[in-house]
Amino acid sequence: MIHFSGVPFLVRFSSRLLVAFCAALSVGFLAFLSLSAFAHASDEEVVEISIKDHKFLPDEIKLPAAKPVKITVKNLDPSAEEFESSDLGFEKIIAGNSNAIIRLKPLDPGTYIFFGEYHMDSALGHIIVE
Amino acid sequence: MLAALVIVFREVLEAGLIIGVVLAASRGVHGRGMAVGLGVIAGMVGAMVVAAFAAEISNAFDGRGQEIFAASIMGLAVIMLTWHVVWMSEHAREMTQQLKKLGGEVAAGSQSLFALGLAVGLAVMREGSEIVLFMMGILMQGQDTVASLLGGSLLGLVAGGIVAGVLYLSLAALPLKKLFSVSGFLVTLLAAGLAASAVHQLSNAGLLNVLDHQLWDTSWLLSESSWLGRVFHVLIGYMDRPTGMEMIAYVATACVIFGLVWSKREPVKAAASATTTSVRQR
Repeated sequence: MIHFSGVPFLVRFSSRLLVAFCAALSVGFLAFLSLSAFAHASDEEVVEISIKDHKFLPDEIKLPAAKPVKITVKNLDPSAEEFESSDLGFEKIIAGNSNAIIRLKPLDPGTYIFFGEYHMDSALGHIIVE
Repeated sequence: MLAALVIVFREVLEAGLIIGVVLAASRGVHGRGMAVGLGVIAGMVGAMVVAAFAAEISNAFDGRGQEIFAASIMGLAVIMLTWHVVWMSEHAREMTQQLKKLGGEVAAGSQSLFALGLAVGLAVMREGSEIVLFMMGILMQGQDTVASLLGGSLLGLVAGGIVAGVLYLSLAALPLKKLFSVSGFLVTLLAAGLAASAVHQLSNAGLLNVLDHQLWDTSWLLSESSWLGRVFHVLIGYMDRPTGMEMIAYVATACVIFGLVWSKREPVKAAASATTTSVRQR
């Protein structure tokens, strides 16, 4: 019925893999182009956090309620960190010595915990929304 | 060591659960071992490539690259899983008959095997890249901790593999008639959960602001970040704080797959013609 004659199958498999990846990326790009029109960056609250020696600086952030937030995280360590918050529903990998941007929808008042998943013993912090 | 164990275990578990379910759902397909094996290898290579370009991916599209990339990968996985479920349901009867004979297997078209392999590869790539980045961080740190952290990682890998293996074996131990309906159902919910996660990513990137209000909060009952919550998140797409759009993506994906399976289910008398279809698909 079906014969895997080794190499041809591998070639077909990997060429399809490549095509599929390219397709996925172009779909993503199109989605970006079509959707970015909806994303408006008006009156965003802008915050900056640094990661140094697997600790957040500052580790307490105060934010106003009902305003979209843009957090820029600067990872000053050479190793990667996963910036995550289950309370706020995001997780984002930040490569060593690089920055990442996290966008939050307008928040309700309260305290939200965030952490660095790769260094849970030291990388802890929280956001206070008032 | 514990940190390494936990992280590697979690990522291996998440990829392993997907592989376990998909593998159980394709029991009796000739060549599935090879497709899954190739998928795992391709996924590991992909994970290293993704990890190497983590900063570039993240900074693409005005800092939205990681979310767009993740959403694309998940979307592609949904398509592959859909393809696979539909193909399997078309051939379930044939498969059951063949499996009843000892060692009988059904020939699959290389396209459906490709879908299987790619779905596995994408899962490995997604979870694997996090392991690679974490490990690279370990290697950059002090020499004295490397051995214990690598030991922890290895334990995590083995433990994750064992849990995934147990899931596969318990699914595979089901009676044949139930096996295909249960595993097909699981793959469907898994795909629906991935579609909802893709929406979540786009929403996090600020690209999808429609119906993005939280519908309910069941984190007090089962937190998505707990171990059980994670397992249910992977297997059936459990979300403790879903938004309207995520719910729509979940329900719509599940309905589309169920609809396709229902409309393409194998008619009783056409069992013989299904064989010719699979030959033609090559």
